Amino acid sequence: MVIKILGSGCTNCKKLEELTRKAAEELGIDATIEKVTEVPDIMAFGIMSTPGLVVDDVVKMAGRVPSYDEVKRLIAGAA
Amino acid sequence: MDVFAPLQWLSDWLTFDLIGLARTSKAGLAVNFFLYDVPKVLILLAVVIFFVAIIRSFFPPEKTRKLLSHSRLYAGNVAAALLGIVTPFCSCSAVPLFIGFVESGVPLGVTFSFLVASPMINEVAIILLFGLFGWKIAALYVVSGLFIAITSGIIIGKMGLESWVEEYVYQIRMGDAGELPEQTWPDKLAYARSYVGEIVGKVWPYVVVGIGIGAVMHGYIPDNFLVKYAGPDNPFAVPIAVLVGVPLYSNAAGVIPLVSVLTEKGMAIGTVLAFMMAVVGLSLPEAIILRKVLKPKLIAVYFGVNAVGIVAIGYLFNAVLH
Repeated sequence: MVIKILGSGCTNCKKLEELTRKAAEELGIDATIEKVTEVPDIMAFGIMSTPGLVVDDVVKMAGRVPSYDEVKRLIAGAA
Repeated sequence: MDVFAPLQWLSDWLTFDLIGLARTSKAGLAVNFFLYDVPKVLILLAVVIFFVAIIRSFFPPEKTRKLLSHSRLYAGNVAAALLGIVTPFCSCSAVPLFIGFVESGVPLGVTFSFLVASPMINEVAIILLFGLFGWKIAALYVVSGLFIAITSGIIIGKMGLESWVEEYVYQIRMGDAGELPEQTWPDKLAYARSYVGEIVGKVWPYVVVGIGIGAVMHGYIPDNFLVKYAGPDNPFAVPIAVLVGVPLYSNAAGVIPLVSVLTEKGMAIGTVLAFMMAVVGLSLPEAIILRKVLKPKLIAVYFGVNAVGIVAIGYLFNAVLH
């Protein structure tokens, strides 16, 4: 599974990345977590508000830092 | 009944009984003001931000973009300014937002109406003004913010400044995110709670400093002291207030507690509103961020049109309200 964190490096993006790493670990998901930081690349996913969460090239969430539980559901549902 | 009466009681008790300051002394007035206003504003903030976070979850920027694409001058400007109030906007998303709007065919002038309204008409400011000064001032603020956002967007649209946008903006192609998983109500509530913590955690120093300045002015500066300098008879007061306000970067929550103190000390209401809008709506950090997508000439026009609009609103209110 490839999880992408979209965001140009603001604090919220870092928060989302941390939550995602933790969630993937707890769920035992073998995921590669990549960061997408360039604006054109972020927008290619069709979102304008960051941070964004993309699981296997499907946009799951954009524009906020979700709760830990929600992150778990978002990445687990895709497995 | 005033829901904040217990806070007033607590502040009175702390100031006059526990600390033992005299009720009419300057220090007593200042400390009493501070101890009452800080918790009051923080409570108001927490409540407002909670509901704002929930309301905003229904207006993601991607939806706003769809609504505004291929909109026209005038009607589009009005819609953009109104959506600017509710669409979440943080300066860190200003660049992708701008590109996304332009890419989907939102006219430049309409995009600017949104960009002006979004920071300037701030929900937190609306509720704080309502809570601290009543609905009239809050309504004045919203109406004037909308007016500035709509007219400045129309002016920029009419000027045909598309070539003053950085060229690469027109080359970016946006993908389609498809349907995002629905955010459930428990998710919305959990998010709103954490958002309250995040925002209050970030803005409380502004609140404390803003109210601190207000408290000192309240206690130590004689009433009507500012009439001579910033009263309705000084024609330069409004532009000066705007010039002072632009470099002062503060959160709405830090400036608004000053509004009552400034008026109490004799600053004309239009001048105070102009000052507040300049602080909240025209910020240098935002200009620096927008530089990534706008050529300097367009940033200058954006700031210039905005500043003129704010000054005009200031004069208008000074003339109409005495």
